[in-house]
Amino acid sequence: MTEGYMAVMPANAWNWVAVWRRNYLAWKKIALAAVLGNLAEPMISLFALGFGLGIMIGRVEGTSYVAFLAAGMAAVSAMTSATYETIYSTFARMGGERTWEAMLCTQLTLGDIVLGELAWAGTKSLLAGTAITLVAATLGYASWPSLLYALPVIALTGLAFASLAMIVAALAPNYDFLVFYQTLVLTPMLFLSGAVFPVGQMPGAFQQVSSLLPLAHSVDLIRSVMLSRPAESLGLHVTTLCIYAVLPFFLSAALLRRRLMR
Amino acid sequence: MVAIDFVGVTKSYGKRVVVDGMSFTVAPGECLGLLGPNGAGKSTITRLLLGMATPDAGEITVFGVPVPARARLARGRIGVVPQFDNLDHRFTVRENLLVFGRYFGMSKREVEAVSPSLLEFARLENKADARVAELSGGMKRRLTLARALINDPQLLVMDEPTTGLDPQARHLIWERLRSLLARGKTILLTTHFMEEAERLCDRLCVLEQGRKIAEGRPHALIDEQIGCQVVEVYGGNPHELRSLVKPYAQRIELSGETLFCYAPDPEQVLTQLRGVAGLRLLQRPPNLEDVFLRLTGREMKD
Repeated sequence: MTEGYMAVMPANAWNWVAVWRRNYLAWKKIALAAVLGNLAEPMISLFALGFGLGIMIGRVEGTSYVAFLAAGMAAVSAMTSATYETIYSTFARMGGERTWEAMLCTQLTLGDIVLGELAWAGTKSLLAGTAITLVAATLGYASWPSLLYALPVIALTGLAFASLAMIVAALAPNYDFLVFYQTLVLTPMLFLSGAVFPVGQMPGAFQQVSSLLPLAHSVDLIRSVMLSRPAESLGLHVTTLCIYAVLPFFLSAALLRRRLMR
Repeated sequence: MVAIDFVGVTKSYGKRVVVDGMSFTVAPGECLGLLGPNGAGKSTITRLLLGMATPDAGEITVFGVPVPARARLARGRIGVVPQFDNLDHRFTVRENLLVFGRYFGMSKREVEAVSPSLLEFARLENKADARVAELSGGMKRRLTLARALINDPQLLVMDEPTTGLDPQARHLIWERLRSLLARGKTILLTTHFMEEAERLCDRLCVLEQGRKIAEGRPHALIDEQIGCQVVEVYGGNPHELRSLVKPYAQRIELSGETLFCYAPDPEQVLTQLRGVAGLRLLQRPPNLEDVFLRLTGREMKD
């Protein structure tokens, strides 16, 4: 069965770029609307939640609530944009739109295709994350140099969530299944990961669950960077995110092989 | 070296055997037609050939390259025209070629170097900047054909290339395929159109339920399996008519409401039937449809 796993692996280090470029070309055609959306979404949530709730909450962890939330939102936007790209757009390309079917007739392996799609979803989350950090820095809730460090973390967060979402897409029989992932996995994760309120506010058991969630690690990292705090357990956070990016890649590719190459 | 070699290939999904001990070869420059109704295993054979499915048993090689073990290498020499349109509808004609060329590791310059001749071949020179969504069905299929040629393949695999096209569009595709054969390309064609098979294919494999039930040149198959004129009878009570013409026909088949009489001397059959009111009679030479009816006891159309 070695040939089976060969098909799942990328053929080389650069084949995936062709898939990324295909998606980039498609995105370029709607780039203006996409960028405006990327900018509008974080601004709306920052203004609504940050200023609205912020007035009642006052300071959190020694900083204003808006600044606290902005860092959380950067991680969340990386999570949601990578997830949406994968479970909706990629899912359509592997199914109804038959884009993958065409790709599988070429020099691309399934591994190349999956890698290219993940890289693209990571790029989308980088765009969304850049937009939110730009808004935060412009409003004075993050220092400009900190963005330099925040962006790689945002990209890594995007890759991890794209990878996880690829498993979901590989298993999903239909679109309804994808909605379950959003409501039953992502929404709870949003609240358990310290994005909108500190993890320390929750009971101990929840805090333990939180320490396993990729979003919690991303939030911790991005927040310490954006608020210019000393980063604690940097290695642990980065390693955890890398594991979440890499292991699901292989698992999803194997699942997709079973689904598409029967 | 043969272009395609299938030896005892079997593929099942669950308990359903889709390809059952299939063996065939295609010589370089040849056009082999896989002929069979939906569900005969034609599409699965093309998937197996591309390494998109793994056989349960048997050996497949493409130009001597084992598939699926080295399917990626084999795919470099194959162009595919799929049964269902999988062009990128958001992109223009030109962009479709560019994106697809990149999947073969071609640079933009390399794609641009071959695009004009491909577009000319596909008669799409004036549509280079049109979006795929604006193209007619025939144009889309021709673009798919141009796209399949981007890596200059030696072998073209076509899964029902003219299904769903109107007759004019279909004739243009056939004409293009013949010009590819004239250039020495090898073609594996799956179809359920008898006319397509007769016009294009040097040789045919007739499939039913994943098995090869006949093989040969189209006219040899017709001569061998039928070898006489056919009288089609529409109308009347087929069972009564059958006994009326039985002494004069070599063989009689009933398909739907049509009676097919295979007669060495069709004039005798016609004489018998001319007396019966309300019949429509048609005498014609035998074709592949008759071969299929003979072999499987039913018509090809499904």
